[in-house]
This record gives sequence, structure tokens and C-alpha cells, in this order.
Amino acid sequence: MHELTIVTSVLNQLDELKKQHEGKVFSKVALRVGELAGLDVDCLRFGFECVIKDTQWEQLTLEIEQVARRQQCPKCSLEFRAENWDTACPQCGETATIIIAGEELQIAYVEVEE
Amino acid sequence: MSQIAVEKKVLNENQKLAAELRDKFRQHKILVINIISSPGSGKTTLLERTLERLDKSKRVVLLTGDLQTENDAKRLAQWGFPVKQIITGGTCHLDAKMIERHLTEWPLESFDVLIIENVGNLVCPTSYDLGEHFKIVMLSVTEGEDKPLKYPSIFVKAELMILSKVDLLPYVPFDAELAKNNARSVHPGIEIIETSSKGSGLDEWMKWLEEKLAAVKSGELVSA
Repeated sequence: MHELTIVTSVLNQLDELKKQHEGKVFSKVALRVGELAGLDVDCLRFGFECVIKDTQWEQLTLEIEQVARRQQCPKCSLEFRAENWDTACPQCGETATIIIAGEELQIAYVEVEE
Repeated sequence: MSQIAVEKKVLNENQKLAAELRDKFRQHKILVINIISSPGSGKTTLLERTLERLDKSKRVVLLTGDLQTENDAKRLAQWGFPVKQIITGGTCHLDAKMIERHLTEWPLESFDVLIIENVGNLVCPTSYDLGEHFKIVMLSVTEGEDKPLKYPSIFVKAELMILSKVDLLPYVPFDAELAKNNARSVHPGIEIIETSSKGSGLDEWMKWLEEKLAAVKSGELVSA
């Protein structure tokens, strides 16, 4: 629902980054979005297309890497993918497992034309 | 083609501001809670019941967010504690900047607790750090038991879930145990308090607040 705000935040950071890389043309921005970030990826793509229209970012493409929720068991150290929100350890049954991935909402990198 | 590694949070700006707010709250030893739920779960009602029970000498302030109207601030102002409405205009969440802007006129050193009532929305407010110690999620028994599964992010991030309107349980097909189990399956350590505006669970909730406040004052609770 706030995907537009997210897109705007991304472009604001790119504005800053561009100042550090004067004269370069950014062709792609890659985001890393965890499944717990609460974002709809289709909405994000749609919002991105709307916001870049008629701006300096019009040629920029968006890549989204989706990150699955992963948990780690504090007892047996097993790392596992938490399917269907079941966070209990599949090896030893421990229920108080810890999130190690899936909350990401990051700009991973930008691609620059040489 | 070449790549520039960025590796920064998208909400970096918000994160920075939230960290500044957190510093201020730490400096003045203020307990800050951020209450999040769907529209209509009973956030404002819980706060009304809370303020009603609070000793008037308690130094509590409230910020309440909505897209439009000052209605909630008016409801909450009746108990004499300072309240400010944040009208977001259309934005579906509160962000750290809004909190900072609305706190400027208040002398923070004069307060012990800041309660933030977020915009009614289970999705977007979850992404925005407001410098709070705790997010609290509310779920009412007139909603679905599977909400923790449908909107896991907020249930994962919340320290406490308040299951509200439990006085309606005899009249609605809501399985409270299932709802609590769902919440615990997405967040094993989540605390749960069942409340109703008629009074049940409110003592337990007030005790929770008192304990957290005492922990902030003693320096035992420092938010990261």
C-alpha cells in the first residue's frame, strides 16, 4: 500500500548516489525485498513505472530479488526455510527460532553504463 | 556495464531520523510504544480506557494518526493528557519525520510515556521505525483468526498482541485459541493480553505498561 513511498525513497537515494558518480548513466537498480517486508512486488513495479515517467530516471529498469523467510534454531543451529509461517525447528521441534532472513528492504546495487 | 554496490536500506532516511528520536527518548528516559492494528480494532478505545485509569500525575503524551479528522485527538483529550493529532492527508502510515515534527513543541524532559496510535493499517506502519521501544499489534475478535498468518510482518515485529473485544466472543464465530496459536506460530515469543472495553484484561495491560516504564526508568530497558 505504501509502495509509492518506497519507490520515492529509492529514487531519492539514487539522486544522492548520482552526485557521487557524476556523468555516469544508471541503467538498472536492484532491490532486495524480504517476504516479511510487507510489500507487494507487482505494486512496487507498477509504482516504479509511474514514478519514473517523464523524469531523469525514465530509462532505469528495476530488478527485484525476493528473499524468503529463513529461521535459525538456537538449540540445534539448523537453518531452515519457514514454510507456511511455521517457525518451529523441523529437526528438534524448538519453537523459539530466530529470523535470519526475510525482513530485507534494501537497495542492493545499481548498474552503470560504461 | 558495471555495478555499484549500494547495500543500503531503502528507508535509510527514516531509519536515521528514528535513531535520532531513539537517542532523545533514551536521554529523557521516555517509554515509547507504537500501536498498530486494522481500522476499527479498538486502538482509540483501548487508549481511552487506559487514560481513564491512569493517575493524573502520570506524565503521558499521545500522538494519534489518521488520514483525516481530529476526532481521535478530541476523544483522547478528555482525560487531560496532552494529545496531538497527526493528519497524514492520505499517507497510510506514520513515519519518523511526522513524529519528530509533532514533538517539537513538547518539552520531552517533562514526560515519561509517549503513546503513538498509528494509522489503522496492518501493512505499511510495520515498515516505519518511529524510534519506539515496542510495537504493539491489536487484533479484535470480529476479525479473522488467520490475520497473523495473512499479515505476518507486524505480528513478527510486535512485542505484544492485544486481542480486543473479547466480551463479544459468545456472539461471534471466533476461535481465540486458534488466533493466539497463529500469532505464536509466526512469532513464538509474542506476549498476548486479552482485553475488552468493558474492563477485562485492562489491569493486566496497565501492569504491562507500568513494568515497561519501570524498566526504562531503571535503565534496564534500552531500545536498540
